[in-house]
Amino acid sequence: MLSSIPPICYLIVSALIFAIGAVGVLVRRNAIVIFMCIEMMLGGVNLTLITAAHYLHSLDGVLMVFFVMTVAAAEAAVGLAIFVLLFRGRGTIKVDEINLLKW
Amino acid sequence: MNPVGFPILTAVTFFPLAGAILLLFVPKAKEEFLKWMALVISLVEFVISLPLFIYFDEGVAGMQFVDRIPWIREWGVSYFIGVDGISLLLVLLTTFLTVLCIVSSWRSVGRMVKEYMIVFLILETGMIGVLVALDLILFYVFWEVTLIPMYLIIGVWGGPRRIYAAVKFFLYTMAGSVLMLVAILALYFLHGKVTGEYTFDVLKLYQAVLPIKTQYLMFAAFALAFAIKVPMFPFHTWLPDAHVEAPTAGSVILAGVLLKLGTYGFIRFAIPLFPVAAFKAVPIISILALIGIIYGALVSMMQDDLKKLVAFSSVSHLGFVMLGMFAFNVQGVQGSIYQMLNHGVSTGALFLIVGMLYERRHTRMIADFGGLSKVMPVFATFFMIVVLSSIALPGTNGFVGEFLILLGAFKANPVYGIFGATGVILAAAYMLWMFQRVMFGAITHEENRALKDLNVREIVTLVPIIILIVWMGVFPTFFFKKMDLSVQRFLYDVKARYAAAMTATPEEGRLILAEDGNGSRVELVMQEKE
Amino acid sequence: MIELVWLIPLFPAIGFLFNGLIGRWFNLDKRIVSWVACSALGLSFLLSILIFFSLLQLAPEARAAVPDRILFDWIVSGELKTVIGYKVDPLSIIMALVVSGVSFFIHVYSVGYMHDDPGFTRYFAYLNLFVFMMLTLVLANNFLLMFVGWEGVGLCSYLLIGFWFDRDAPANAGKKAFVVNRVGDFGFLLAMFLIFAHLGTLEFNGVFAGAHALGPVTVTIITLLLFVGAAGKSAQIPLYVWLPDAMEGPTPVSSLIHAATMVTSGVYMIARCNLLYTMAPVSMAVVAIVGAATAIFAASMGLLQVDIKRVLAYSTISQLGYMFLAVGVGAFSAGIFHLMTHAFFKGLLFLGAGSVMHAMSGELDMRNMGGIWKKTPITFWTFLIATLAIAGIPGFSGFFSKDEILWQAFSSNHGYVYLWLVGAVAAGMTAFYMFRLVFVTFLGTCRASEEVKQHIHESPSIMTIPLIVLAVLSVIGGYVGIPHVLGGRNIFHEFLAPVLGGHPEGTGHAAFSLVQSAFASGGAAEGGGINMELVLMGVSVAIAIIGIFIAFYLYIRKPEVPKRLGERFKTLYTIVFNKYYVDEIYEACFVKGTKRLGTFFWREFDDGVVDRSVNLVGGLMLWLGRLLRRIQTGRVQGYALGIILGAVIIIIFLIR
Repeated sequence: MLSSIPPICYLIVSALIFAIGAVGVLVRRNAIVIFMCIEMMLGGVNLTLITAAHYLHSLDGVLMVFFVMTVAAAEAAVGLAIFVLLFRGRGTIKVDEINLLKW
Repeated sequence: MNPVGFPILTAVTFFPLAGAILLLFVPKAKEEFLKWMALVISLVEFVISLPLFIYFDEGVAGMQFVDRIPWIREWGVSYFIGVDGISLLLVLLTTFLTVLCIVSSWRSVGRMVKEYMIVFLILETGMIGVLVALDLILFYVFWEVTLIPMYLIIGVWGGPRRIYAAVKFFLYTMAGSVLMLVAILALYFLHGKVTGEYTFDVLKLYQAVLPIKTQYLMFAAFALAFAIKVPMFPFHTWLPDAHVEAPTAGSVILAGVLLKLGTYGFIRFAIPLFPVAAFKAVPIISILALIGIIYGALVSMMQDDLKKLVAFSSVSHLGFVMLGMFAFNVQGVQGSIYQMLNHGVSTGALFLIVGMLYERRHTRMIADFGGLSKVMPVFATFFMIVVLSSIALPGTNGFVGEFLILLGAFKANPVYGIFGATGVILAAAYMLWMFQRVMFGAITHEENRALKDLNVREIVTLVPIIILIVWMGVFPTFFFKKMDLSVQRFLYDVKARYAAAMTATPEEGRLILAEDGNGSRVELVMQEKE
Repeated sequence: MIELVWLIPLFPAIGFLFNGLIGRWFNLDKRIVSWVACSALGLSFLLSILIFFSLLQLAPEARAAVPDRILFDWIVSGELKTVIGYKVDPLSIIMALVVSGVSFFIHVYSVGYMHDDPGFTRYFAYLNLFVFMMLTLVLANNFLLMFVGWEGVGLCSYLLIGFWFDRDAPANAGKKAFVVNRVGDFGFLLAMFLIFAHLGTLEFNGVFAGAHALGPVTVTIITLLLFVGAAGKSAQIPLYVWLPDAMEGPTPVSSLIHAATMVTSGVYMIARCNLLYTMAPVSMAVVAIVGAATAIFAASMGLLQVDIKRVLAYSTISQLGYMFLAVGVGAFSAGIFHLMTHAFFKGLLFLGAGSVMHAMSGELDMRNMGGIWKKTPITFWTFLIATLAIAGIPGFSGFFSKDEILWQAFSSNHGYVYLWLVGAVAAGMTAFYMFRLVFVTFLGTCRASEEVKQHIHESPSIMTIPLIVLAVLSVIGGYVGIPHVLGGRNIFHEFLAPVLGGHPEGTGHAAFSLVQSAFASGGAAEGGGINMELVLMGVSVAIAIIGIFIAFYLYIRKPEVPKRLGERFKTLYTIVFNKYYVDEIYEACFVKGTKRLGTFFWREFDDGVVDRSVNLVGGLMLWLGRLLRRIQTGRVQGYALGIILGAVIIIIFLIR
């Protein structure tokens, strides 16, 4: 039964997913992989929201998930478009090689 | 009061700005037209400033030609301007010198003439604004407004090291001004807390009652900003660089008016707002002024660049001004104000003259000249008269100012007077030595033989100054009558408030800030310094 | 008539403006320029004479109390009120007469002397300006206006000494004169401040009326400071160094400014302030000692100079010393008397020197002259008359004035026998070097080159007439001051008595009498049956004649002797010939010292300390910026790390 699983388990899982995503953002060099990690972070956040919504018997969390997913989709689209342009311009997609704003 | 019908002071203040906006519409290629238009604007400005002098009521000590419109009501800021005997003459000096500056820039501004004229006119508005503003925020705005045009004039149309000089000038002055802003705000809040009226109106703020330690700090902030501008030793090093790199007209207006804004700031703001601190500061300021006089003269003597020599001589002359001002007696203060005018006239003329030499030979080094009197006799005559004014020969304007200053300083403290008087010897030494190296002796460089004497435009620039030198020297009462009452009132006010502050007993010194019905209070206690 | 006194300085002022502006602009003919200049002076002189006679109409006591003629307020500030005002009293009118009269004749002389100079118009403009300033000085009714004239004559001196400005020597000399004068002016200024601070006024009438309220220390300081000013203007020790250099200027300038008028301003000033000085016996002692010291010191330097004008310059300094000696012992009218006679004979001597130069094609060195007296008779005889006057030979004006000074130095309350002694020795030296000058220049064999010899001629009458006039004055000028002991009435002293006080008594005690009452021979006209005054008179005449004889012996009889003497006492000779190296010492100490101080302040302090700290602040900002910009790595992941860490920290804070 779902309600017999203590919520903390879900929260730990989503925290782990979030953390893995965050570390991935910091560590990976390929921009697309970083994007996937960002999506992972968003996924973790989504899980937290749904868990909260379920155990607090409210629909607010679920609504937030819709917002998050919409924003994630839009951001992915724009971000990938930027990466395409960057690749055209710099010939690489490795993030540590794109440092025009370095002093 | 305003005997003339319309708001003449606002007109005088903003007319140059209006003229600058008009100039914006003239295509930049029409350089001759631009120059003539700028000249006409500045001449008209001078003419409309004359009624201020003519209709000035010598029997009134307070502000005249006042314009007052609330500006930012919530913060107590208003557009409040007026002149009294002290600022009147400085305003006229500004309008007078601007005309001469524009005439002298005729051939020496090679490029971007339109921008140059516009910047100059904006500068004029700023300067006059500083002199007439009676609201602290308005004053601060105008004060900062004078910085940018001057920075541009030095930085765009200046000599080889112009960027360094312009940035130095700007940052130096700005540093002082920012501190002054803090003090202005502190004053605003303190005054508001005590009287309940939050205002930036200077005349009301004169009455502010402030704890003495705070007064010291605020005076120091104001004094720093003004001391940098004057410039007083040891905050003077921006001046030689600025003067050397600035174009001729820039130097003239810088020395002629901008430096006076500093000394004016002392008289109008720093001293009357914080009289106790001002009196306690007399030894420091007098000693710095004396150092300025003697040090400025000695360093000036050894310069090999004419403009730097005149720049350091400015430091020396303005030392006299500060010495007289802080003597706090009628002769000292009147001499100080008169010397402000004198310095504007004679040092402005000196820079014009150096500029004329530079236009001919593109060098300012004394060693490159020599024996010029032979080929330029008319120039030599004008130059000599200006030099004599600078060294305070009796009969010239410089003597009246210096004599009164030294007399006042001596009355206040004989030691100050004695040291200040040595400046008289040093001034003669360095000026005459310079004059000799440039004008007398045999002609040492062949290029100098072909130099042309003054043309009509240059003579037209110098003749009004010579007339002023003699007129101010022989008939000083014509000018003194205007400032007499204002100076007396200034001294009386400052001394009265100082006396009141020093004699306040503990009971009288207590001001209740807040009180609730249960007997507990918040008090502001004015403590007497040990 | 007396109310027209303000016209006296005005005429030369107009002359200056006319010649200076219109004359130069339109390049007027020399005749117009000279007529304007000379007639301006002529009118001044005429008016002075008329006012003099108007003054004589008044009773003697009233003459010193004529109300001042005030034109308008000049500087009014607080309690300070100074006016442009003129004072007519015996002292000022005598000065005005001397100044305008001698100036007039020198102007006339200059017309001839400067005839070929391209700066003719400029010269006369400056000369008129000078007389305007000098007349302002002597006629002023307050210290400040006097100071205007004081500095004004300094200015004209500067302009006229450096008249031939395209040469270095005159330009340097002019600058030196002005700066040294300014040192004196510094003292004058301080004195004025003190006077105003204590008495609240600068007008002579007000100051002298209230002077009794001053304490002795204050009065002493004031008078000493005034004397500093006088020493600068009148070339006394230690501020005399500008006067010999001033000989670079045209000779009539030397005659007018540096013999007859400007240099006498100091004496006039002290005479005008006689009330203050008699209240400060210490100052009077200082004045007298400095005067006597200068007299003998300068005379010693004049002994060996070979340039005619330099000899006369040192002679002037020496004679000025006499004048100060006179006022220093309280004999104010004697000082003014000598001022007047000196104006006559020294002015004449300089003009004569100019005439000699004219004859000798510009030569100034005595060693290249000699034996010209037959070819330049008028010059010679007038020069001789002047020399006899300066040597103090009876019958000539110098005798009466110098003798009165020496007598007062001995006998006055402030007198002191050593002062007399110094004065007498200096008188002997004066006679010697002046006659040395005459003998070497005019008599003996001619040592000039052949070419110069051809051109020796007498000067035109426009130059010789002033010589003759001054020569006549050098003789009869003394007769207004014939002392009682010789049966005269000394009307000069009487005339000046309302202003300068009667018998020089002073305040009853003098500085010297406190020191050695045995030597202070106060008022001893009769001592043991002998009339001391006659004795001293005889002594000084004898000294003069001895001096003349020695000169005759050394330069006419045995001209080889001076050279041998010079070789015998070589070091002494060199030191004296080089004027004791005073100029060099001043140059090293003051001039170089000031310059080095200036350079030190500039390089070490201004550039080194102040500017460096300013640039240091700028540098600090740059360094900080360079440090902080390393945060901008351009790597997005670094920024992301920053965001995450920051978020974590904030959350931790929020949870706590």
